[in-house]
Amino acid sequence: MTIRGPAETDGVLALRVKDLTKSFGGIRAVDHLNLTLTQGELRCLIGPNGAGKSTLFGLISGLHRPDAGHILFKGEDITNLQPFQRVRKGLCQKFQTTRIYRALTVAQNLLIAGGARRLSRTKNGRLSWAINTLGLDSESEVPSGELSHSQQQWLEICLALATEPDLLLLDEPTAGMTPEETELTAQFVINLNRQGLTVLVVEHDMAFVRYIAQRVTVLHYGRILRRGASTKSSRIMRCAVSIWESVES
Amino acid sequence: MARQDTGLWRVLNGPQELGRGRVFWCLFAFVALGLLAYPAVGSVFALSNLANFCLYVPLGLGLALLWGYNGVLSFGQGAFFAIAGYVYGIIAGNLTEMPAGTLLAAIGGIAASIAVAGAFGYFVFYGQVSNWIIPLLLLVLSLILETFMAQTAGYQWRVGSVLLGGYNGMTSVPSLEIGPADFGGASIAFYYLVIAVMLIAYLGLRLLVNSHYGHVVTGIRDDVERTRMLGYNVARIQIQVFVLAAALAGLSGILYVSWGNYINPSSMGLLAATLPVIWTAVGGRSSLLAVLLSTVTLRWLADTLAVKGGEYAFLIMGILLLVTMLFFPAGIVVTLARRFSSRKRVLGKLKERGAG
Repeated sequence: MTIRGPAETDGVLALRVKDLTKSFGGIRAVDHLNLTLTQGELRCLIGPNGAGKSTLFGLISGLHRPDAGHILFKGEDITNLQPFQRVRKGLCQKFQTTRIYRALTVAQNLLIAGGARRLSRTKNGRLSWAINTLGLDSESEVPSGELSHSQQQWLEICLALATEPDLLLLDEPTAGMTPEETELTAQFVINLNRQGLTVLVVEHDMAFVRYIAQRVTVLHYGRILRRGASTKSSRIMRCAVSIWESVES
Repeated sequence: MARQDTGLWRVLNGPQELGRGRVFWCLFAFVALGLLAYPAVGSVFALSNLANFCLYVPLGLGLALLWGYNGVLSFGQGAFFAIAGYVYGIIAGNLTEMPAGTLLAAIGGIAASIAVAGAFGYFVFYGQVSNWIIPLLLLVLSLILETFMAQTAGYQWRVGSVLLGGYNGMTSVPSLEIGPADFGGASIAFYYLVIAVMLIAYLGLRLLVNSHYGHVVTGIRDDVERTRMLGYNVARIQIQVFVLAAALAGLSGILYVSWGNYINPSSMGLLAATLPVIWTAVGGRSSLLAVLLSTVTLRWLADTLAVKGGEYAFLIMGILLLVTMLFFPAGIVVTLARRFSSRKRVLGKLKERGAG
């Protein structure tokens, strides 16, 4: 059941996913999925386990190859590009499980992350702002494996920002964080978005979703179930919460 | 941030290598000067022996880069060593009349190693073959080459005027000659050449591993997917590192034939494939310095044992590897250096506390 929402074509499209399908074995993880993201949008993607959220991320970033369908990024078809080529076009992902270079220091991590795109020699202002906001500036000589769990998550976001993306994919950025850390992260993501970055977030934490999202898309069995504005009283949230309850029970 | 540290010295003294203090660099300068001054006191025999031990350093450092820094174990360094050696022998033996014939042969030899490594690397790394299969494929490559070369006895196996020689090997290969300098195995010129090559290879690789590129190489070792998702063409970088390691092994191979005027198929046999791995593991693959030290030391040890103990030499090497793996998984030199530096850090903290 797909309900078409209004105003899908407003603004300049950052990302357009057309009829995307991906099966693993006999299971359609992503099933003829259509999704558009306008530039400067902050969108949450929610849904129960197995809804195809991470698969969709893998398809957008290029880790998986779709069985059918197309992915357009800033109007350009990137369906057949390698993951690293997509990053160079300005699309970067934070993985679900934290993936940083644990043996290396924070400074070394950031040194590796910046440099593949060779955009400019000028300082990446957004990155230094992020590092300061998240309190990583004082940790630059610490081996990143010794950081706290949430700091590791933040560092991975900073690694993604170091590639100077136009679209940031965040896969469960607040997993395992305390409520205070979740709120800090939420405020951080909102501020990032206000600086003009398009952000697509997958998140389980409904508090986080309520806090940040302008718009929410609910995924279920590889299809889009609902989408709409995220206010506490909206139908979409009630719908999401009811899915939650049915899955969790 | 580290990105702005473009000064050569800062890169050279970066965090990816042991020995960053003043004491280390003083010692380094002292040893380097000692090596340069050694011909004044050492006998020709001692010089020639030392040169023989040190000529394996580029090969060892290449494997440290490939395995320790990029995470790809190789049993093929012996093969790249021998390919360069054989090709050098073939070209040099045919161009004896030409003034720069041996130089051309050296270039040709290294180019041959690079070509084989490039072709192999292209398929393996773009095909995303798992990391643990690569060493086995390289071992197979080595053994095939050894088997092939071993049956090239007789006059039908010759290239121009050079006989390949089968299992007896290729004999009377000319030594390297550059201009008026003749780098025969027992010459002071050869000794200096080897020392220079060793120091340049070490410092050059030290610069490389501490550069931005070197950090990306280490990143690939730690997490291939992450590095790819930061916008790097991982396969291309892996091929580059693999080819560089092969070229360094080839450089060692050329120095070896220039030293001994001889090469045979056992240079790419099972022993030749495993020994570099032992040198690298025993010293500690995550440090160029450690591998440099262990390569020279173990070459010396093997030579001494071979003179005194005959066939037990390799048994002792095997036991050494076993002991290292059990008690010093990170390598002897690396483990000791870490212990030393952590003790120093603790002492420094205590001092600070005492002062405060």
